[in-house]
Amino acid sequence: MLFQDVISRWPMILNGVMLTLTLSFVAIGLGIVLATLLTGLRSLAGAWAGYIVDAYVELMRNTPFLVQLFMIFFGLPQIGIRMNGLEASLLAMTLNLAAYSTEIIRAGVDSIHKSQIEAGLALAMSKRQVLQYVVLQPAFARVWPALSSQFVLMMLASSICSFVSVQELSGTAAIIEADTFRSFETYIVVTLIYLVLALSLKLFLNWLGHRIFPQVSGLARLDTKAEAA
Amino acid sequence: MTTFGWPEAYFILRGASWTIALTVIAFVIGGLIGGVFAIMRLSRSKLLRRIAAGYILVIQSIPVLMVLFMSYYGLSAAGIELPPFLAASASLAIYASAYLAEIWRGSIESVPRQQWEASASLALTTPQQYRYIILPQAIRISLPPTVGFLVQLVKNTSIVQVVGFVDLMRAGMLVNNATYQAFQIFTLVGAIYFAICFPLSRLSRHLEKVMNASRSH
Amino acid sequence: MPAVLIENVHKSFGDLEVLKGVSVTVESGQVVALIGRSGSGKSTLLRCINGLEAINSGRIEVAGHVVDQDQKRLRELRKDVGIVFQSYNLFPHLTVGQNIMLSPRITQNVPTAQAEKLAKDVLAQVGLSEKFDSYPDNLSGGQQQRVAIARSLAMQPKVMLFDEVTSALDPELTGEVLLVMEKLAKDGMTMLLVTHEMAFARNVASTTIFMHQGKIWESGASKEVFANPQTPEMLNFVSAGAK
Repeated sequence: MLFQDVISRWPMILNGVMLTLTLSFVAIGLGIVLATLLTGLRSLAGAWAGYIVDAYVELMRNTPFLVQLFMIFFGLPQIGIRMNGLEASLLAMTLNLAAYSTEIIRAGVDSIHKSQIEAGLALAMSKRQVLQYVVLQPAFARVWPALSSQFVLMMLASSICSFVSVQELSGTAAIIEADTFRSFETYIVVTLIYLVLALSLKLFLNWLGHRIFPQVSGLARLDTKAEAA
Repeated sequence: MTTFGWPEAYFILRGASWTIALTVIAFVIGGLIGGVFAIMRLSRSKLLRRIAAGYILVIQSIPVLMVLFMSYYGLSAAGIELPPFLAASASLAIYASAYLAEIWRGSIESVPRQQWEASASLALTTPQQYRYIILPQAIRISLPPTVGFLVQLVKNTSIVQVVGFVDLMRAGMLVNNATYQAFQIFTLVGAIYFAICFPLSRLSRHLEKVMNASRSH
Repeated sequence: MPAVLIENVHKSFGDLEVLKGVSVTVESGQVVALIGRSGSGKSTLLRCINGLEAINSGRIEVAGHVVDQDQKRLRELRKDVGIVFQSYNLFPHLTVGQNIMLSPRITQNVPTAQAEKLAKDVLAQVGLSEKFDSYPDNLSGGQQQRVAIARSLAMQPKVMLFDEVTSALDPELTGEVLLVMEKLAKDGMTMLLVTHEMAFARNVASTTIFMHQGKIWESGASKEVFANPQTPEMLNFVSAGAK
């Protein structure tokens, strides 16, 4: 086996890694914000808002990420919304991750006992303050492990964005493979890089969880299983 | 240029039957491999436990797409030519095996320890314990997450279009290439995936509720 | 040859030594009660006798089998030594009849028809003939425990071990279980029981052993031991535990 041809193209691989990470982190950031908004909408706005959020979550969870991506990249231009592969990928990843995260955060919020909310209101907190300090923070702390797994799965699923010509890590692999005809070597190297990325991201998210939720070890963690995107 | 009509819709539906076939094959083969790894993961031998844990961790930490590329392009470069359907089934089976192994390990572990002790005290061998006491209970516990995983598996079959296998996804793409009516086509494709996945999701949730109810009783 | 021979047994969980050189001899047909506070090592000792816990040193022989961790020899031993647990541990997915017939059929190759007759016999012994087709979940705790005893009896054991079998039961249900055990004792079964039922130990067991801090602190004929405790610990235990 000849790994030289592959490894000598490391600047290209590095670019791919950077794009994979950028896509993942931006989607994670936007996805959490959107999921939090949707969770809030679901519990604060009327019943109809709840139905719409639920429908959105079910729709995203029961169709493949690839279909969502193609719908945005190939389908939307037909009704006049045009974007490049990178934008379409970011949008698809954000929408997908937001749906899964909404479901996970909902489980966390459901686990907060009603008496906690009453206690917060009794202490003269506003509804918004109760939501932030009494509901969302502990809920996030509880479901952080499940969210973390979902984030890692999203990073892995970002490989699918190569189908709309995004030069992230697996897109880079396709180019190197076409260049060198060293398929096996290329995919071994790239797979190993994904492995390292996934394990590092997992460790990083663990560390981050302990940083932002110092109480995390004291709370019973919810055993919400993350699911592949 | 053709327009999107009944023959195209029929073509897409035929692709959907291949998606289901692929899911079933990957689930059955992946389930067999996964079952072995689940039991290895719980074995008395430290070596077997480590091998199984390593396998599960690695497969769960790489994209399914890479497993697919390795088994299709990779092996063909090494002179082993796998037909697309085989490569697709094999890689999805490998992917499924790691997740099923983990789900089933959890299910086996949630059978109370006392059931092992009681059956050991009745002189059952380890295979007998698994067969008569542990697995019948573990299978019940594993039903909701296993059905839930089937949804993930169905969705993940969509990537195999990249090796040229005409599943639901690829059928949709081919029709799109001929008609350029992506919005309608991918709406239909998405709707079919949803029609397969949504009932499974509901079934999984229903089973979980039934299970919780019987546990508290 | 004694039914149970325990010689200088030591057992530790990590750094914690729970058995510190225990020796016990039980003759065939004898009923021996093990009493003591929780943490005194009595349950551990019982679990060592059928190999559920491995001992660190010493020697245990029961019903002619030497206890070691060889799985095959352990299975032979367990065909001759029954154990009943505090939490019944019936198999919830099997009916009462299936619970009882399973092991005779698959470990001793008893034909199905014969196993069924055996199951009905032992169920009659514990007074639950009508529950043959019930599932454990539909029985009371006392009934489940009686089925567990029947399940052990169906193995036709030479020695029976009872590990706090009434501790999980509501007080009004302990009587029916103790009655079954008393009948077994009268029929000549060799029994070793860990119990908190002092009256049962005094009246049914021929010998009572008081364990304290991983050692045998006091032992002798039950009536004698309860009437004249020799150590302050035993005196303390008996007077505190008197119901």
